[in-house]
Order: sequence, then structure tokens, then C-alpha cells
Amino acid sequence: MALVLNEEQVMLKESAAGFLAEKATVAQLRALRDSGGEQGFASEVWAEMAGMGWAGIAIPEEFGGLGYGYTGLGLVLEQVGRNLSASPLESTVLVAATLVAQLGSTEQKQRLLPAIAAGELLASLALQEGGHHAPLQVEASAKRDGDSYVINGSKRLVLDAGAAQVFVVIARTGGNAGDEHGLSALLVDAGTAGLSVERRSMVDSRAMGAIVLDNVRVPAANLLGAEGGAWEGLSRTLDIANIGLAAELLGLSVEAFERTVAYLKERKQFGVAIGSFQGLQHRAAELFAELELARSIVLQSLQAIDAGEQDLSLVASAAKAKLCEVAQRASNEAIQMHGGIGMTDEYEIGFFIKRARVAQHTFGDYNYHLDRFALLSGF
Amino acid sequence: MSDLEQFRQETRAWLEQNCPASMRTPAKGFDDLYNGGRNPEIDHPDQKIWCDRMAARGWTVPHWPREYGGGGLDKEEVKILRQEMARIDARSPLDSFGISMLGPALLHFGSEAQKLDHLPKIARGEIRWCQGYSEPNAGSDLASLATKAEDKGDHYLINGQKIWTSYADKADWIFCLVRTDNSGSKHEGISFVLFDMASPGVTTRPIRLISGSSPFCETFFDNVKAYKTNLIGEEGKGWAIAKYLLTHEREMISSFGAAPGKSVGQMAVEAMGADATGRLANGVLRQAIAQYQLDTLVFGATMARVGDEAKAGQGLGAASSIFKYYGTELNKRRNELNLAALGEPALGWDGDEYCGGVVSRDWLRSKGNSIEGGTSEVQLNIIAKRVLGLPDA
Repeated sequence: MALVLNEEQVMLKESAAGFLAEKATVAQLRALRDSGGEQGFASEVWAEMAGMGWAGIAIPEEFGGLGYGYTGLGLVLEQVGRNLSASPLESTVLVAATLVAQLGSTEQKQRLLPAIAAGELLASLALQEGGHHAPLQVEASAKRDGDSYVINGSKRLVLDAGAAQVFVVIARTGGNAGDEHGLSALLVDAGTAGLSVERRSMVDSRAMGAIVLDNVRVPAANLLGAEGGAWEGLSRTLDIANIGLAAELLGLSVEAFERTVAYLKERKQFGVAIGSFQGLQHRAAELFAELELARSIVLQSLQAIDAGEQDLSLVASAAKAKLCEVAQRASNEAIQMHGGIGMTDEYEIGFFIKRARVAQHTFGDYNYHLDRFALLSGF
Repeated sequence: MSDLEQFRQETRAWLEQNCPASMRTPAKGFDDLYNGGRNPEIDHPDQKIWCDRMAARGWTVPHWPREYGGGGLDKEEVKILRQEMARIDARSPLDSFGISMLGPALLHFGSEAQKLDHLPKIARGEIRWCQGYSEPNAGSDLASLATKAEDKGDHYLINGQKIWTSYADKADWIFCLVRTDNSGSKHEGISFVLFDMASPGVTTRPIRLISGSSPFCETFFDNVKAYKTNLIGEEGKGWAIAKYLLTHEREMISSFGAAPGKSVGQMAVEAMGADATGRLANGVLRQAIAQYQLDTLVFGATMARVGDEAKAGQGLGAASSIFKYYGTELNKRRNELNLAALGEPALGWDGDEYCGGVVSRDWLRSKGNSIEGGTSEVQLNIIAKRVLGLPDA
């Protein structure tokens, strides 16, 4: 497939850029942070996004979505990264809907996906337990008891935990931590007895949370896919999620870079624009080269999802590792090249480095994905 | 059957019949490629046979027009020819600066008479060309070149010195930047002329490199005659041609970044072993190799993307400015990793046990990639100023 956007995709990208630059900007993120609200995003903005079809952008038409595919979602996420727009687009659309589509029965998909596509249902994956992404190191348990499962365990880094109406909890019905077999995915409604949701305050001011499951009982019909057989669908979902996060990191990095280059042209020291100094020019030029490379792998990996490639793991880890590296460099250089003003809360550039590190960490950082890339490459 | 499918079948059949068996093996490095010329260096008689057969069809330069010795093929046909050649591992029949550098410039800037005079000889591999650009005091600052061309009516009299002239000692003709006027800015008054290296007054002296080979020369001109019929474009306007041609040179050099064959990671596992999880035993080296392989993959995707965008008429070509810089830096990294992964065998300089020192010599030669054709630092200056619009100091 040619590595270019088609006309429909170019239009989508432009309309997303226009909408987010007006309705979901860094200034809005700052206001959300300072208001200290529980939800972490603006309901009216999310309703408008859903109205434009974004909540169902990658959901097939038969389940009420637009069927634009993940390349379309990725283009929106790139613009989300540019504006640091807070919304359940990642928790619900990129991750949870993908997992339901991967593992769910037709009946489950018919019940959940159209509701997600309409923007009426918010869902979130509850996977991570320790300080690092380690998707096989799951200790939370689900025990079959008659027509129900009883779930115990605790999860963290649950995106939009406070707003989610349903969680997809990954728990063990068999095997031990580290095993691929024995992992199961279970739907747990937010109000279920024994489930407690705690808002966590993270550096990027997004609505993350932790949940504790204390003898939570759900009907056996809430199992997604086969008992103990969630790994394959979960693994593919994580690959797709990481490609989506790479798209967000691309937008974030490009925006931080463009703001920095503009500042280099404007800020004067020693009587000249600091952008005339070769010490800064070469660093900016190197970063430009890295950003061009980053753009290519993001597009290639998004297209790989839509082409239905059987194994996404190598390209997904390549995309996430590269974008983690580039986002770290772009956000660090943004602070350094802005100098003192880059250290102030009043200036917006600090929001970019904060979101960058959380997005980098989510579902595996540079170290995790470069290691995985090397293993998959045979060393 | 579509026309293209028929073209593929005919091409396949012709190649099967005409490509000698010995030309269906990869060339053993640069020295094993066929460069043509009046006195060609022939390691194997099949090289010339293969070149002549391909040239007879115009397929040494399949995309050039037929009247200039090309094959007159369109892009799709050229692609099919390349695929069919790759299918039988056929070597490129002719590699020359005439094809990769001068040809495109002549097609763009040359007069009809000049094209008819020079292009067919390039296509047939009859004349080997070298490039007279750098001078001892005009390297990165190429436009300050001083080789003087004095107007003598129907010809110029050339005096001066060039350096880093690739294969000047083996070339038949030179395309050369000379100064025809000193009065304006340094970019004005440069002219682009062609002349015969067998002319009286031309001397070349090969420069031995740290890699032990001597691909470059010092070239001296002492009252050398260059006829005005071989002035390309207008007198004093040669800088535009020089820049156009440099982009072709840079494309050629940046393609070194695409590493063929076994991956460094696999090579390192064979040389050093892996642990029980399949990870290369040395974690520090493993990370460097993984980062290199990641960047190589992503660089390849970028070359593809820029090509696809150009075909689709999208993009401003800004990304192509990174190719020379990134490709050559990648190639240097690859060569450093070869040394680290292989250890002692990579440090051999000569002898069969070290395959003639091919690894260490390639490593040393790669250092020049980020110097020749515009240093990495010059490339970064170009990106900073032309792409990012950062101000001059």
C-alpha cells in the first residue's frame, strides 16, 4: 500500500485539526487541571466528537461505526497529540472497543460497540498491576462459581477510570504470572458491589485511576472470548493501542518542535535571534530528521492494522519504541531551547513534556518495546 | 494479457537468454562493478558482454529516451525490468558517474547537440566520467572554487587544481566547475564545462586513503583546452547545474544506508551467543544494535513514503533533505557495529583469514560518506536554513 493519505483521510485530518484547535486546546487542559474535576475531560466536547463520528471511527459499520479504520483514528490521535486534547478517545475507542471487537461474541459486540460508537458508553481496560507494563504479570484472579465469576485483585493506570461505565478486567482463571494461557477478559460494570475506583493524580493531568476488586461477582456471560484464552486478542489490542499512542506522540512531538523553532526565531540574545546559533540549528535539524522518520513508521504501522496483517508485533514495537525516543528528545529539547520560560507553569510547553512521559509509559515504554523489537528480530 | 504482463514475459525470456551465468552473482564490492570507458578494467570478460548486450537494448539506462541511447521505458516498465533482473540476481551491467550524475544534468541542462554527442557514449559505457568539483580550498564551501577558465574565443584555457576527484586516474572525460568571472558574488561566475582528460596539461595523482584504497585523486590543470561547444548552460550560470547534480550524488550516497544481507543482530548472535531467552549475551551492544536496526527500518519506510508522496503529488520534498545526512550516518553506525559484533576478525587488514580485510576497510571507507558530497554538518545547515527557516548568523 502506498504510504500516502487518500483524499478522505486528508479531509479527516484537516477537520480534526480545526475542531481540536478550537475546542480542546492546551488552555482547556489547564482549565480542567485547575478546576480539579473528577472526570478530567469536558463532556460537551466529547459529545461533539461523538457527533462527528469519532467514537465509532474504527468500529465496523455493521456495529454502528464509521468503518474508517485505524488509519483514520490515528490521524485524529495525531491532532489530539498536537493539542493535548483530553477525551475518552484512547480509553474507550482505541483500547476498549478494539478489545471487545477482538474477543467479544457477536452478541457482545452488538450490545457494546454501537453504544460506544454513539458516544453513550465509556469503557476502559484494567490490566497493569505493577509499576511497569508487563502484560503477562497478572495476578488478579477470577474464579468460576456457578453462573458467575468472582474477581479479586487490584489494577492501576486505568485510563479515564472515574468516567468509565464498564471495565474490561484482565484476570487469571488459570496459569501463573508470566503465562500466556489462563488470562481471561471480563466485563465489570462500574457500580458492581466490591469494586472501588480511586482517582489518581498523574503528572499529565489526565483522568487516570486505580481500581480494587474485592470479591466482585459478575455473570459468567460477562466473559469476553474463551476462558483462559484472552492473550491473543489482548496482545493484538495492545499492539494497536501502542500504534495509536505512537500517533498521539507524533502529533505531540511535532507540535512541541514547531513551537520551539518559532521561539528560536523570535527570542533574541546577544543582539540576534538565538536560532542563528549553529549550536541550536544542528540540534533542531537533527530533530527534524527524526520527526520525519517518526511520521513514516506511524503511517506504516497504522496501514498495517487496516491491511489486516496477521502479526503486528514487530511494527507496533518499532513504532512505539521510535516514538518514545523521539518524543523524549523533542520534549526535552523543547524545555532546554525555551530556557527559563520553558520551566514556568504559565508557559504551555511544560504540558507537552508531562503528557509525553505518561503516553510513553502507557502500554510499554522505549525500553520495553526496543527489547521486544530486538527479540522479535532474533537477538 | 496486459501490455505490462507481456513486457514482463518478454523481458524475463530475454534476460534468461542473454545474462551470462557469471553475472548472476552479487558484485564483490565496488571494485567488482563494471564502469566501462576507453580502457575498461575487466575482471571477467562476461562483464563487457553483459554490458554490450544490455546497451544494445538501451537497458543500461532504461528510463532515458531512445535517441540518447536509452531504452525509452516508462516507470512501470523500468520497475518490471529491475524486478526481473533481481529475480535472477543479475548484476547492474554498468555503473558510472555518467549514468548517475552527469546524465541527469545533461538531460536537464544540455543542448540537443550536447545530448546527442555525450549521452549515447555514456549509455554504451564507452566514456568513463569523473567529477571536478572540490578544490584544496573549496570543500564544504564549494562555491569559493578558484580553478580559472580564460576565454580564448572558441575555447577556454583552464588552470588550477581539483581534489577528491573520484577515479580521475581512470576517467576519460571530466565534468568540471571552473571560474569564468571573478567580479560578482562567489556563486556567480562559475561555469560547467566538459573536457577530455587525455588533453595536454592534465595530470592526476591518486590519494591513498586510510582504508588502503585510492578511489580519489588530486587533479592538476596546466593550460588545458576546453572547447566552448562543451560549455553546459550559460557561461557564469554553472552553480545551478552544480547544485542539481549534487542532489543526484547525494541520493546515490544516501542509498548506502540501506544495508543488505544478514542483520547485524543475527551476525552478533552467531559471533557472541545468546542467553536462554534468546537475547544477545552483551546487553549494552544489544541495545546499540536494536536502535540501529530500528532506525534502518524506519529510514526505509521514510524513503518509501517520500517516493509515494512524490508519485501522488503530495508533500513538499522537505523530508528528502534528510536522506544524505541520515543515510550516511546510519552506514557509519552499521560499520562500527560490525566491528563491535565480530571482534578480532573484523580488525584484520589483509590475508585470506580476514577476507582481505573487507570489514575493516569498509569501516574506514564509510567515514568518508558523511564528508563527500556535502558533509553531515553542511546537510544540517541546509535543513536548518532552507527547511526550518532559521536565520543566518
